[in-house]
Amino acid sequence: MAFLELQNVTKTFGDHTAVNAINLTVQKGEFVSLLGPSGCGKTTTLQMIAGFVPLTEGIIRLDGRDLSNVKPAERGLGIVFQSYALFPHMTAAQNVAFGLEMRSIPRSDRDQRVRDALALVGLAGYEERFPRRMSGGQQQRVALARALVIRPQILLLDEPLSNLDAKLREEMQIELRQIQRNLGTTTILVTHDQHEAMALSDRIVVMNKGVIEQIGSPQDTYQSPASAFVASFLGKTNAFEGEVQASRDGISRILVGEYIYNTAVHIKGAVIISIRPERVSFAATGLRGTVRTRIFQGNHWLFQIETSAGIATVIRQNDGTSMPEEGHDVHLAWREEDTFVRTNGKVG
Amino acid sequence: MQSSSPFFLSTQTRSAWGLILPSLALFLAVVIIPLIMTVMLSFHDWGQYKGIETVFILKNWYEIWSDSYFHEMFARTFRIAVIVTFITMALGAPEAYILNRMRAPWKGVFLLVILGPLLISVVARTLGWALLFGGKNGVVNMALMKIGVIDAPLPFMFTETGVVIALSHVMMPFMVLSIWAALQKLDPQIENAALSLGASQLTVMRRIIFPQIMPGLLSGGIIVFSLAASAFATPAIIGGRRLKVAATLAYDEFLNTLNWPLGAAVAVLLLVALVIIVVSSNALIERRYKAVFE
Repeated sequence: MAFLELQNVTKTFGDHTAVNAINLTVQKGEFVSLLGPSGCGKTTTLQMIAGFVPLTEGIIRLDGRDLSNVKPAERGLGIVFQSYALFPHMTAAQNVAFGLEMRSIPRSDRDQRVRDALALVGLAGYEERFPRRMSGGQQQRVALARALVIRPQILLLDEPLSNLDAKLREEMQIELRQIQRNLGTTTILVTHDQHEAMALSDRIVVMNKGVIEQIGSPQDTYQSPASAFVASFLGKTNAFEGEVQASRDGISRILVGEYIYNTAVHIKGAVIISIRPERVSFAATGLRGTVRTRIFQGNHWLFQIETSAGIATVIRQNDGTSMPEEGHDVHLAWREEDTFVRTNGKVG
Repeated sequence: MQSSSPFFLSTQTRSAWGLILPSLALFLAVVIIPLIMTVMLSFHDWGQYKGIETVFILKNWYEIWSDSYFHEMFARTFRIAVIVTFITMALGAPEAYILNRMRAPWKGVFLLVILGPLLISVVARTLGWALLFGGKNGVVNMALMKIGVIDAPLPFMFTETGVVIALSHVMMPFMVLSIWAALQKLDPQIENAALSLGASQLTVMRRIIFPQIMPGLLSGGIIVFSLAASAFATPAIIGGRRLKVAATLAYDEFLNTLNWPLGAAVAVLLLVALVIIVVSSNALIERRYKAVFE
C-alpha cells in the first residue's frame, strides 16, 4: 500500500488554479522530486502535504490516514525551507532541540539526540553557535538536522539547496542522498533544478501549470519524455520539423529537411522530431548542415549546426577524436529509438 | 602641490570642518548654551522681591531633595511613564502583529490609520479626550448619564488615570512602529517551521515570535518612556494644575511663580534622570539580546 497518497488534489486561489486534480502515490523510503518551473504548483503541493495550505478538493492520506483535519503540528513531518527559517535567537543545538521539546522528550535523551543529529549533518562541535554566525551551508545543515531529529514520517524539502553556490550545492546533494539512504526517510523534494532532481530522486514528478506531465525514474523521464514540455524542461533537446509519409510499398518514411529515412511511427503528416543533443552524431550521410559555432567545454564539445530543418545543437564527448571546425559541412545522424516524434500542431 | 606639513590641516579635513560648521554652530547656540545656562540657573537664588540673584548656592536642589511635594511630583511622573509604557507594549504588540499579517490593500489602510494621528497635533488629540470625558459636558459622560449607566460624570479630567489613558493613546504609534519594524525582519516561514515541529500557536507566539520582537518592544519602550516622562501638552490639558507632573511643574515655576531657578532645577533633574534611565536600560538590552541584535 502506498505510504503517502494524493488523490485528485486541487487548489484554487480565486479563479487561478494552482494545482489541478493531481494524483500521486509515494512508497515508504522513496525519494520523490516535484520538478517544474516556478508557478507550476509544486510548492503549493508541498504546502498542502505539510498542512499549511488547505485543499480546495481532493484528499491526502498518510499511512492510510486522511490528513484533512490534522494540523501541521500533528502531522509529524520534517520540513526544510528554502530560507531555512532557523530560529535566530536560539543556538544550533536549541534549534534542533525545539521539536524534541515539543514532544516532551526527557532532557538527557534529548541532548543525546541533538548531538547525534548535528553529528549526522557534519556539525559536531557547533552546538553553541547562533545561526547568524554560520555560513549558508552550515545553516542549511542545521535546518536539515532540525527536521530529521524528530524522526519524521516524511521529510519535505522546499528548494533547500537553491541558496547555496554551485560547488557547495553539489556536495550537499551527495550528502543529502547518503543521509536519506542511511536513514530510509521517505523524502519529497521540491525543485526547479533538473540536475538536482535527477541526481537525488528515485522518481521525478514533472509538473507544469498545475498538472503532472510525467512521473518516472530520472532515466525514464529523460530518455522517454511523455510530452514536449518534459523533453524541453529536462535537459536540452533538438526539435526538428519534419513530415511522415506512407510510401507505395507500405513503409512509412520520415523527412527531415532533405534527409529521408524509414520509420516505424504510425502518425502521418507534419511532425516534430525531438532528439537529445548528445544522441546526435556526425556521420557520412544524414541531415546536412554547416557548423556555425563550436564551443569547447572541457569534457565535451558543444556545436550549433545550421540545417535545412533548423538550428541543431550537438554535444560530443571529448574523447580525443578530431571534431569538425566552424564553417565545415557535416552530416548529422541518429538512431530512431533515440527520437521522440509527435504531431506538429502548427497549421501549414 | 599638496601640503604635507603637520601644522596645516589637509584640504579634505578643512572642507569637512567647513561643512559641519553651520550645524555645529546651530547645535551650540540652541542646545548646548541654553542647557548650560539652565544648569547654571538652577544654582542661582531667587526671592519674591529681589528676583534672581546670580550666586552659586544649592538652595533649589536642597528644596527638591527635602520637600515631599517634589518627591510626589517625580514619583507620579515616572509612575505615569512606566504605566503608559506597559499599556502601549501590551496593546501595541498584538496590534503590530495583526497589522503585519494583513493582506495588501488593508495593510496600507490600517498602517495609515495607526500613523495618521501623528499628523495631528498632540494638543488636538488630547483635547479630543477632554471633549469626550470633560466633566458633565463631555459627550460620552452625557450619553452614559442619559441612558442611566452612571449617575455622575466619569472621573477622567484631573486624574492620573485620565492622563495615563490619553498619553497611551498619544504614544501608541511610536510603539507600533517600533514593533512593526522588528516584525519585518522575521522570516515569513518561521511560524510554519515551528508549527511543523509540533508547536502550538501559543507556543509559537511565546517561544518564537516574542523573543524576536523583544528588541523592537524594548526600543519602543525607551522611546515611549522618555516621551511620556517629559510630555507636557497632554498632562497640562488632562491633568491641569491640579495634577502636576515634572514638566508642568517646571513650566509653572517659570511662568506662574516666576521662580526660574527652582524651575530650572526641576527641568535639569528630569533631564538627568531620563538620560540615566535610557542609557542604562539601553546598555542592559544590548547585552541581553546580543544574539538577536547582531
